[in-house]
Amino acid sequence: MSLTHDYIKQRLEEKFGEQVSNFEEPYGFFSFEAVKEDNLKVMQFLFDDPVLRFQFLTDLTAVHYPNSKGRELAVVYHLHNLVDNVRIRMKVFTDINTPDVFTATSLYATANWMERETYDFFGVNFVGHPNLKRILNVDEMDYFPMRKEFPLEDQTRIDKDDEMFGRGGSII
Amino acid sequence: MARPVKFNIHPKQADIHDNIAIADMPEGLQGEGYFATSFEKVIGRARMNSLWPLPFATSCCGIEFMATMASHYDLARFGSERLGFTPRQCDLLMVMGTISKKMGPILRQVYLQMAEPRWVLAVGACASSGGIFDTYSVLQGIDQVIPVDVYVPGCPPRPEAILDGVIKIQELALNESLRRRNSEHYKALLGSYGIQ
Repeated sequence: MSLTHDYIKQRLEEKFGEQVSNFEEPYGFFSFEAVKEDNLKVMQFLFDDPVLRFQFLTDLTAVHYPNSKGRELAVVYHLHNLVDNVRIRMKVFTDINTPDVFTATSLYATANWMERETYDFFGVNFVGHPNLKRILNVDEMDYFPMRKEFPLEDQTRIDKDDEMFGRGGSII
Repeated sequence: MARPVKFNIHPKQADIHDNIAIADMPEGLQGEGYFATSFEKVIGRARMNSLWPLPFATSCCGIEFMATMASHYDLARFGSERLGFTPRQCDLLMVMGTISKKMGPILRQVYLQMAEPRWVLAVGACASSGGIFDTYSVLQGIDQVIPVDVYVPGCPPRPEAILDGVIKIQELALNESLRRRNSEHYKALLGSYGIQ
């Protein structure tokens, strides 16, 4: 095993210092947090470094934490080093009132549709994205359905009795 | 030596009186060499037994419909032999499966491309009411975008249930007045969906 988690952490810390933090390994999956403004620099470093070589973006999504003020939205990047078969996870946190994150499309072409999906469901505004519009939901939708303040159920129906569906009413 | 035949040596005689359903003659005047009745009754019966279904299958109800079409249940027995895969040739739109809100306008366009008279069969809980998918992305029943004639319940319904729905559509086609599609009531119905 040439590329260990400790080595990745050491390289990141000596390059970015305080800009990267919260290193953890839940279920053996190396994760860390980067400052929002530096997400491209960190990813470019992980991409270009001849040892790290994280050149494949497996997944890109967001998480909504409504209770952490100023850090409501987390954008999560799953990166993969195909040569050594090592996966890491990078998070950047942003305020929900200014959800502007730099786009990763210049680095990973696959980020294009993933960022559209993340915009569609969470409303993250990817600055510099070539075509940032909804990808899965109807274009007329006027909210971001995966944000937790919106109920999951369709709100247009009036004939469904919540009590019959095991929510609300006397069952709770 | 010839192989002894032990099966099918007493073939049953075909009995058309018990096995084949023959429609009753519509009301009318008849005498030697002529029969007079109204167009409404004849055309209704002709339409009833020659519906061309358009399957709009998006999920598991579509799999049940495939069984309905196939030899065991055999939709062809009901005069719906020919499935058309273009709305312009078809009379009966069979919507089988979950219709998402993004699919709604497409379904509506397919309906608009069908020529009158046209019927719509909503097969299964999802097409009828959204089913278990009470969520932001799913249309809560196709009757929000197009008028529906018959709803088939079930999740998914068995092929017998789909056949029952087709027979109900046939009854509608049989008994429908030829003037219904020109009536104010029908225009008001379409108008409530924003059609024409």
